[in-house]
Amino acid sequence: MALLDVKDLDVRFAVRGGDLQALRKISFSLDKGERLGLVGESGAGKSVAAFSILNLIAKPGYIAGGQILFEGQDLAAMSDKQLRKIRGNRIAMIFQDPMMTLNPVLTIGTQMVEALKAHRRISTRDARAIALKKLQMVQIPSPDKRLDQYPHELSGGMRQRVIIAIALLLDPEIIIADEPTTALDVTIQAEIMALLLELCEQENVALMLITHDLGVVSQVTQRMLVMYSGRIIEQGPTREIINDPQHPYTQGLINALPQMGEPGARLYQIPGSMPSLSRVPSGCPFNPRCPFATDQCRTSMPNYVHSGNVDVACYEVAKLIEQEQSLQEEDR
Amino acid sequence: MSTAQETLVDIRGLEKRFDLSGGLLDQLRFRNGRIERHQEHVHAINGVDLSVTRGEALCVVGESGCGKSTVARTVMGLLSPSAGEIHYDGKRIDDLDHKAVLPYRRKMQMIFQNPYASLNPRMTIRQTLEEPIRFHQPELSASGVEDKVAEVMQSVGIDPDWGKRFAHEFSGGQRQRISIARALAVDPEFIVADEPISALDVSIQAQVLNLMMDAQESRGLTYLFITHDLAVVEHFGTRVAVMYLGRVCELADTATLFSSPRHPYTQALLSAIPRLEDDRPNHIRLHGEVPTPVELPSGCVFHGRCPYANDRCRQEIPQLIATDGGGQVACHAVEEGRL
Repeated sequence: MALLDVKDLDVRFAVRGGDLQALRKISFSLDKGERLGLVGESGAGKSVAAFSILNLIAKPGYIAGGQILFEGQDLAAMSDKQLRKIRGNRIAMIFQDPMMTLNPVLTIGTQMVEALKAHRRISTRDARAIALKKLQMVQIPSPDKRLDQYPHELSGGMRQRVIIAIALLLDPEIIIADEPTTALDVTIQAEIMALLLELCEQENVALMLITHDLGVVSQVTQRMLVMYSGRIIEQGPTREIINDPQHPYTQGLINALPQMGEPGARLYQIPGSMPSLSRVPSGCPFNPRCPFATDQCRTSMPNYVHSGNVDVACYEVAKLIEQEQSLQEEDR
Repeated sequence: MSTAQETLVDIRGLEKRFDLSGGLLDQLRFRNGRIERHQEHVHAINGVDLSVTRGEALCVVGESGCGKSTVARTVMGLLSPSAGEIHYDGKRIDDLDHKAVLPYRRKMQMIFQNPYASLNPRMTIRQTLEEPIRFHQPELSASGVEDKVAEVMQSVGIDPDWGKRFAHEFSGGQRQRISIARALAVDPEFIVADEPISALDVSIQAQVLNLMMDAQESRGLTYLFITHDLAVVEHFGTRVAVMYLGRVCELADTATLFSSPRHPYTQALLSAIPRLEDDRPNHIRLHGEVPTPVELPSGCVFHGRCPYANDRCRQEIPQLIATDGGGQVACHAVEEGRL
């Protein structure tokens, strides 16, 4: 059984004139110790997916259907009180902006001790000892001094290290990291990503990494999901998808990267932009930007087809697979 | 007419300090029984020499706080330099008065990072685009202005019929196209682009970069392109200047810089780009953090994090020296052949 199993998750935002569907029945799973990447552009629903796992979506958003099974228990059906025992304890989150996540008026030590005491019956002295150990794990220089410092005394990279230490505090099974390095410079980003990867391997923690940076996904994760307009359009092993993307959107996304182009030559560009939630076209949401779109794509949503180990939602890919199969049968 | 190697913009010995100490009363401190005046400065740029050749795209890269945006703003005249000179087409422009600088303002235009903040929300797109044309070409008739607006809108891929709309009705990518159109409206020669694509999504970044490359080709533009994204530089730039703490540490042709970076900081920066082909991060680990630009380190600004630093690096500021590849690098270790 997978550690986390999300089934047909449907998240909506109630607005005037009806509901906006932010997640359209997405399903995925996460095994123990596995590292999963969630990729997509802004508005694709990747953050909503991450937040809804711990039911952290704010009103007017709500989970309209589906299940989020964590070790067999449905998080979507839990009360707030039950969820609080899991949040931060079994499943921890790392957010994008390290300045917004830490409380500016409490010292690092106080914040760490507070989190430990909320979940465990433990003395302050023991809690501080654990906090210190975790700060050492994230390789912060002079960790004992940091415990008595305030967040504003630390640099951005150091704050993000503290946040990783806090996430690891209660030895969670899963860490959900929402764009953990987007606010940081490249050299610091590389350090933080390497650290996160190292710690997840060492502690056997599953990581769900939300990012728009395909380079980071390729370096850190084993499996990835590509999201578009609230749908997962492709999922499978990271290497396979990066080396041989199937969905036209994934192909476009990868080919649009400057590192894929010949220097000085025009970049591959996907025409148009992602539709807003209130104007998602019928059929496959990508059809207005897709070079292969047919009438079928414009009217009905494609189901997933298997191409090797990769699941893709695309009629064109399905057609290609069928052609290949019939060719093989003819050969016989 | 323009020759192959003609210098368009020349930045000489540029320095920029920002005063942090506030008014006179804020500066007074009581120390050892005496009142002292205490001043603090952010040293954003500490002696930068750069020349932009006509027709090229010179990229300035570096991490936050290295002074790259300050260079852009100082070149444009949005900030006045604390020391140093800026020459445009052979004439010094940083000391000109308001009136004398006007013709240069038309030739030099700027594209800003955030297309949500750089367009006036209360003006329609047509008004936004008409304003610079009317200001710089008052002799143009109403229909002439209208034609010009339609032409630039078309050239950036925005339907001229949308001129009556406001900025909020457009997506981020479309807004950035409109800011490019605003810059192109007065037929500039030189465009300073300060992180023009970092606020945009990947698929939109490619669209805007393509647009900027097309405009460069069709209008013969020269770019000073400020960015932190090295992959973009590799694709877009003719030459690259790498900045660290207000100084240029390496300057070279794009291909040379990416194939054989010389400065230890450039090497670390390049190794930190997450590459699609990588299975694991394999970057050069730098120790410590960027020091504050309020109290600059002595000697080479990078010595605190440099694995090759020695006593000379801690005392003497390295100057840019020419390398075999045709570039320039400011590093004692390279000069001495230690690296």
